[in-house]
Amino acid sequence: MKRLVVVGNGMAACRLLEELTRLAPDLYQITVVGDEPFAGYNRVMLSPLLGGGTDEKTITTHPHQWYRDRNIRLITGSPVVAIHRRRRQVETAAGHLLDYDRLLLATGAAPRQLPVEGVSLDGVVSFRDLYDVRRLLSLSAARVVVVGGGFLGLEAADALVKQGHDVTLVHSRGHLLNQQLDESAGHRLQQDLEARGLKFVMQARTQSIEGTYPEEKGSGKSSSEKHRHGRVAAVHLADGQRLPADYVVQAVGIVPRAELAASAGLTVNQGIRVDDTLQTFDPAIYAIGECVEHRERTFGLVAPLYEQASVCASHLAELGHRRYLYADSATRLKISGIDLVSCGDFLGDKEKDASPGETQQLNLPGSYRRLQIRDNRVVGMVLYGDVSDAPFFEKLWKEKTDISALRETLLLGEAFCKRPGDRDQNSEEIAA
Amino acid sequence: MSAEANTPKAVATNAGTAICTTCPYCGVGCGIRTDGVTLKGDTQHPANAGRLCVKGSSVLETLGDQDRLLNPEVDGEVVSWDQALDEVAGRFRRIVEEHGPDAVAFYVSGQLLTEDYYVANKLMKGYIGSANIDTNSRLCMSSAVVAHKRAFGEDVVPGCYEDLELADLVILTGSNTAWAHPIVYQRIVAAKQARPDMKVVVIDPRRTATCDLADLHLAIRPGQDVPLFNGLLTWLDDNKALDQAYIDAHTEGFQATLETARSQGNDWDTLAAKMGVSKVDLTTFYHWFATCERTVTVFSQGVNQARNGSDQGNAIINAHLATGRVGKPGASPFSITGQPNAMGGREVGGLANQLAVHLDIDNPAHHAAVADFWQAPALATKNGLTAVELFEAVSSGEVKAVWIMATNPVDSLPEADKVRQALMACDTVVVSDCVASGDTLACADIRLPALGWGEKSGMVTNSERCVSRQRPFVPAPGQAKADWWIITEVAQRMGFADAFPYQHERDIFAEYSALTAVAGQFGKRLDLTGAADLSADQYAQWQPQQWPLKGDPRCFADGQFSTPSGRARFVTCENPPVRQIGDAFPIILNSGRIRDQWHTMTRTGRAGRLFAHLSEPFAALHPKDIERYRLQEGGFVRLTSRVGDALVRVTRDTGQRPGTAFMPMHWTDQFSRRARVDALVPARLDPHSGQPAFKHTPVNVSDWQPRWHGWLFTAASPPAVEYWARVPVDAFLQAGQVQRYRLAGDADLTEQQLHDWLPQAAQWLALNDPATGHYRRAALDKDGRLLAWLAIGETLPVCDVDWLADCFADDADIQHMAILAGQPADAGPDLGPVICSCFQVRQKTIEGVVEEGADSVEAIGKGCQAGTNCGSCIPELRGLLETCTS
Ligand SMILES: Cc1cc2nc3c(=O)[nH]c(=O)nc-3n(C[C@H](O)[C@H](O)[C@H](O)COP(=O)(O)OP(=O)(O)OC[C@H]3O[C@@H](n4cnc5c(N)ncnc54)[C@H](O)[C@@H]3O)c2cc1C
Ligand code: SF4
Repeated sequence: MKRLVVVGNGMAACRLLEELTRLAPDLYQITVVGDEPFAGYNRVMLSPLLGGGTDEKTITTHPHQWYRDRNIRLITGSPVVAIHRRRRQVETAAGHLLDYDRLLLATGAAPRQLPVEGVSLDGVVSFRDLYDVRRLLSLSAARVVVVGGGFLGLEAADALVKQGHDVTLVHSRGHLLNQQLDESAGHRLQQDLEARGLKFVMQARTQSIEGTYPEEKGSGKSSSEKHRHGRVAAVHLADGQRLPADYVVQAVGIVPRAELAASAGLTVNQGIRVDDTLQTFDPAIYAIGECVEHRERTFGLVAPLYEQASVCASHLAELGHRRYLYADSATRLKISGIDLVSCGDFLGDKEKDASPGETQQLNLPGSYRRLQIRDNRVVGMVLYGDVSDAPFFEKLWKEKTDISALRETLLLGEAFCKRPGDRDQNSEEIAA
Repeated sequence: MSAEANTPKAVATNAGTAICTTCPYCGVGCGIRTDGVTLKGDTQHPANAGRLCVKGSSVLETLGDQDRLLNPEVDGEVVSWDQALDEVAGRFRRIVEEHGPDAVAFYVSGQLLTEDYYVANKLMKGYIGSANIDTNSRLCMSSAVVAHKRAFGEDVVPGCYEDLELADLVILTGSNTAWAHPIVYQRIVAAKQARPDMKVVVIDPRRTATCDLADLHLAIRPGQDVPLFNGLLTWLDDNKALDQAYIDAHTEGFQATLETARSQGNDWDTLAAKMGVSKVDLTTFYHWFATCERTVTVFSQGVNQARNGSDQGNAIINAHLATGRVGKPGASPFSITGQPNAMGGREVGGLANQLAVHLDIDNPAHHAAVADFWQAPALATKNGLTAVELFEAVSSGEVKAVWIMATNPVDSLPEADKVRQALMACDTVVVSDCVASGDTLACADIRLPALGWGEKSGMVTNSERCVSRQRPFVPAPGQAKADWWIITEVAQRMGFADAFPYQHERDIFAEYSALTAVAGQFGKRLDLTGAADLSADQYAQWQPQQWPLKGDPRCFADGQFSTPSGRARFVTCENPPVRQIGDAFPIILNSGRIRDQWHTMTRTGRAGRLFAHLSEPFAALHPKDIERYRLQEGGFVRLTSRVGDALVRVTRDTGQRPGTAFMPMHWTDQFSRRARVDALVPARLDPHSGQPAFKHTPVNVSDWQPRWHGWLFTAASPPAVEYWARVPVDAFLQAGQVQRYRLAGDADLTEQQLHDWLPQAAQWLALNDPATGHYRRAALDKDGRLLAWLAIGETLPVCDVDWLADCFADDADIQHMAILAGQPADAGPDLGPVICSCFQVRQKTIEGVVEEGADSVEAIGKGCQAGTNCGSCIPELRGLLETCTS
């Protein structure tokens, strides 16, 4: 039997194992090494977990038994620290040496650190893994500043409000989720979250994090050392505002975890470079997930990773002729119970030489929709609240369907676009 | 037919105890039984024997306090009745003292009851001393009155409805009976079904709904009735079909009339061509007339509303006299009236050229007798101003005070815009009405709240001289009072208390009945003397009866007429001069009723269902003209005449003669922006009757292309846009009844404007597509109920207006998407609950994928995407897998 070692036990890895053990149950003797001390869990569900909407057991997608049932060896709580490519061997922090015929890197990403003074103070935390969540759940009532108005920051902030903390979210742009939402939807989201007790400071750049320090005897220590022992006291903004804080959650993006690969001499740019078969520079080594860079693109949401897992599994199973090609798909998020879907060129500004096109907007209590239309084709959308028609719009967007016949009731969704005869209904005898 | 009143509007005072009353609409005068909650035709009533048309059966829906005038108002202030009546009496008295009796006028209506009419007539002619009382009946019936008086010596309809069933040939001329007199039409339909060899001829330039029944439709050119019937006289002579014995024994003036008729020759090819029909059709009609002893010729507005309306009526009567067919079973000329009590008004004499009870002002003997009966100090000695003249006199300032009762001359008179200006400039305009808003009310200085149908009590006379009761069954709203009471009070305050002692409508009816004895002294047929002594109880119990109350439903069967000689008169009818159609106004506009509306819609306009038939004002044109004038079917047309203009929808009607157009007469400024047909009609009158020629207006037509179209539902008034047409919705909000407006305009709109058209609201639904100018708005209150709805687009926004109307109900299920769509969702089959919320995948879809072989969560994901995003539904997917596969 060939030996497959998988580095990382996150969402991409688990999906790959599912597929591979089904396609070729007896091809490999598989070892999985996970840095985190847990079996496989659904990272996406960390937000509801932090918000109190679920529990650890429910979000555990792959309990230890699942690995045992498939004869997979699972080593947790110990990162791989080195890859000896020539020997085809990896080494863990605990000292395991594992031989491989094929190696899969699925190391995910790490939270980006704020590039400001004070990030290493106690009380500056991230929101990435189960450990972070446990820590956040153990806080006693506190003032929390969340930095970053992307989905991670919002979910953390909202969950912390639910836990009873006094939370202020600081965002550098004019509206929230500016990657996924237009201004109207962003403002709406802000209003809805404000109504739930979250406070916002918008268009605010974080200047530094202020600390407090226990009384010290000598003072011969360097300032960085000093910080290591200090605690968060406040966040300073570029405009001079000072936001007192007991904790700071930084949610300003992610960075692919590619150090291990880089140190093994694999080609790494922003992430680990892979080709369309998810192979790295070394034909024995594959990589999938947030740690990779594929055709100059890195990843931050789960949907494309599943596709990578599926393609990669077929190659590892030696059935491989499939290629991974990034397909733009809609982003689906749920912030504090509010469903959001967006896709494409929803502002009409992504294509340099094209006109922005036309905007249709729908405003309802609790819901908002925007479609961007160019040459009678949907080129982008934002859905807020009621997303029941997301699949319908996404299909029109992907298939570049000519919507001129549907245009009038298009925004109202599929249930109002089915009757092509409608036009005649009022077309329109004065005898109504 | 029966109708359930499904709105809370009908307030039953005596629910459970049904009363019999008479329909408030057309001159058929159908009997109705109602307890205020349910309503059906009165099976005992001779006019309808239980049948009702849609207008009659929906009348309960038009009751209620919405938009009712509830208090007297003087110069915009609510005042007590005492103050209002003093004010009216005072102003009229002062003007009479300063300027003489002819400086005041009454303009009344066929909607008044006989008692109201009688008191108004007595006050004006007998006590104020002017004959300036005219009525809207002038607009529909006065030419027939002249024709009757000239031929029979009295304004008497000789026949009765039963004649229509007995006839072998029914000729319907100038009458869209199917829509204007539906129950008469139904009686003819039933008769023809029973006796299929009975023939029906329709004479009308338009192919109307009535033509469905016709064996022959003679689509003669407008204004050709006299040549047609003159030709008939010639044909009867040529074919030896005259009843010479009858002519000799009972008529006079035949020779001269025949000679005039013959002067147009008997070359039927030429005549047919002149009239615009085929020779075969023309001679078929003549042949049928000659051979059918039992022939009834029904005529109404199409004959009356012409410059030679009186002559057209006489041309018809001439043919009947020449064949001895007057007042005989199944054989008679038959003028049918438009209004429920036009006949009552004619009987009491409520027109400017009548004195009272079929007597004449300029006949000294009549004058003396009536003056004596009334003990009238100042009985008018000369004819007064007829409707059109009356408003011209208002305009010139000759008439300084006018009291308008139960009618809407700003919409119904020709050159209606001038009428409005005249009223606006007039010293004192008093309007008694039962509604609170109307184009005429808007001009009033003093407004008096009158009782409406269902509240008022009195007598009406229908087209076959049948006198029946209108009985009250709902309480008077607010301060509203009977018209006769209002007039009586004013008369008393003007100093005529002795002559106006009436306590009850019966007192008036008894006095009027007694007065008919005076008519009898002069050989008139009008005779109600049998009712002169009726008790309060008898009045209350009154059963429908035809006058002369002698048992015979017909008049003049014996060949004895009301002329001094006792002979009927032939009236020489000259062919009308051929009118040149100018290039400027190449289309001849005709006007008339549509099936489900009545007059200016003050009543029918309250029942949404009466708009289901035709919901907007329109002009019907022949397809050739639509093409020729580059109009668009369903589009808009601007009509202009010498005196006015209108903006309405275009309908295509192959039944319309090329070169002619038809517009309904009902739409007022209350119902559409600019669709008052009478604003187009110049005041050209029949010289004998003063009746305007409504049916023959030269107009120009041009296409109007709006930049945007829209629908608006609101309880507020319409926005100031180029075109709107209103339809009431059966729903009531705090702000009033919901109205549906069809809108169109050619000015650019801003979002702010749209906002301004809508009421304050707690919640909004909005759809914007600025690139196509498509906007939708729905306003909701804090409980989520619909308050207003608006949609605007370059083409008319798609919606289901009836469904939307239902959404204004208190308990309507308000689904936001559907509300904005303006139609219920077409949800497709029920696929169960959403399991995967990321991809909105429903349970049945997932089960379907499993049944097709998916055996894992991943396979389900491949099949239908479920679980491939956040994965939070994966536990549920597992559960479904287990239940499906076990
Ligand atoms: C709170 C939260 C909410 C989210 N919500 C959504 C959402 O709603 N929708 C969406 O599409 N995406 C969401 N995401 C993003 C999604 O979770 C990630 O895209 C996805 O988990 C990435 O999968 P991965 O396998 O590439 O990385 P990960 O799931 O991060 O797995 C990588 C694993 O590798 C381990 N590892 C790293 N280095 C080593 C090493 N040297 N040796 C051993 N182990 C190592 C890490 O500890 C980690 O456990 C969310 C993420 C978070 C944190
Ligand atoms: S036919 Fe005339 S009177 Fe009879 S119900 Fe209809 S509208 Fe009323």
